Order: sequence, then C-alpha cells, then structure tokens
Amino acid sequence: MPGTDSHEGNFYLMGGDFSNAGSVSSELKSTLIKFGIEQSIVRRAAIAAFEAEMNIIIHAVAGTLHYQITDESVMITVTDMGPGIANIPLAMQAGYSTAPDWVREMGWGAGMGLPNISKQSDIFNIDSVVGEGTTLEIIFDLKKKEM
Amino acid sequence: MLTVGAIAEKLGLNIVVKGDISQIVSGCYISDLLSDVMAHSNEHNLWITLQTHPNTVAVAVVKGISALLLTNGRNPEPGTIRKAEAEKVTIMVSPEPTFELAGRLYQIMKSEE
Repeated sequence: MPGTDSHEGNFYLMGGDFSNAGSVSSELKSTLIKFGIEQSIVRRAAIAAFEAEMNIIIHAVAGTLHYQITDESVMITVTDMGPGIANIPLAMQAGYSTAPDWVREMGWGAGMGLPNISKQSDIFNIDSVVGEGTTLEIIFDLKKKEM
Repeated sequence: MLTVGAIAEKLGLNIVVKGDISQIVSGCYISDLLSDVMAHSNEHNLWITLQTHPNTVAVAVVKGISALLLTNGRNPEPGTIRKAEAEKVTIMVSPEPTFELAGRLYQIMKSEE
C-alpha cells in the first residue's frame, strides 16, 4: 500500500448522463484496488457507488462522489444538487421510487438503490433537504472481520 | 464448472461480443430489472435479459457477471456492443424464448454437478 495515512479524491457526475453510467464507480474500483483494499470490500464499495451514481443520473442535476481511504476505513460521500427526499424512511423502503416511466422501462427505478447501498455498506447515513439535494455517507470498515 | 464458451456451444447461442469465454458460470440470474440484478445477482452468473441498452454492460462489470444472454431474438444496441467490446463483456443472443433457454441451461448445469 502506498505509504500515506490517507488518500482522497473527487469524481463529478452529471444528471441524465446514462451513457456514462458506471464510469465513476469503475474508476473508484480501480483506485481501491491500487490502494490494496481487500477484494470483497472493493466489490461492495463498487456496487454501492454504482447505485449512488445511478441515483444522481436519474434524479439530480449534478453531483460529486468524494472518497477517502485511511487505514481504518473507506468513506464515500455522495452529494447531489437534486430535488431532495421529503420522506427518507419511505425512500429507504424497498420498492418505493419516484423515477419516471422511461427510466423504469430501462430497468431502473425499482426502488432498490438506497436499500442496496445500505445493505452493502457497514455504516450508511443519509441527509436530504427538499429543493437543495441529498448527501449519502457510505462507510466500509477495514478493521472488521468478515463473517 | 461450465464455462461461458461451453454453455454457448451446448445451447447453440450466437456470440455477438466475445469477451473472456473461458470464464466460469456459477449460476444464472434472469431479470429485466437492472435494479434487481444489482441487488441480487452473484459474481460469475450468466444474466438472461430482454434489455438491450448499454447500462446492462455497466451492471455486468460492477457485478462480475460472466456473460449476458439476450433472448427472443433481441440484439444489443450499437452502443451496447461498443461498450461490451471496450469492457470485454461477452454478449450472446438466441432466437429462443427465455423459458426454453433457462430450462435447458438448468438441465445442463444440474448434470454437471
């Protein structure tokens, strides 16, 4: 592992950019591999990042994905300029979605994104202001022993 | 364990984009909901779907899907083919419906166990 205590970076996302969907999570995956993060955590982080990426592409105008890798954890913070979520417990419910029909026809917007991010991560926090945007904090604990 | 190439041969599938067909196939997931595939498919699954757009390749990459199979005579969109070639994801097609293909695949996989 490169000899620094912490490494961080940013990726930028554009709303509606379906043709590049997956590119940010793919770059994040390469970065995590480069820093020697364990394969199972890389996989979970890539899946969570992909879901967050899709949420911005589907719902927001734009957003950023910030990551920080330390000896203790991988922390992914996703911030968007989007409509915000009025009822977070409802949005966290599997099957609830506000995605438009044409997005659903592509097979997205089934209301499984946020629950999947929560499932993949060790710690998941969500904060949202209607009319401003949503922030996700997705943390992977590097010290936790795998079950 | 069966490889993508062996399954293509046994089921008579047409390979449209040839990635690494020596990859193993541990199981199969059938869904047209990409969200569902993101949540429930497993690494090294064969993914059978009717979706033809480029996001299928992105999902296949992040989930470690061994190959995509489009059924009912569907063909991948040009953008999907380009992305699959870039990411080295195998895409196969068949004129047969999903039910028949899944049934035959199930038999083949069970007989390998």
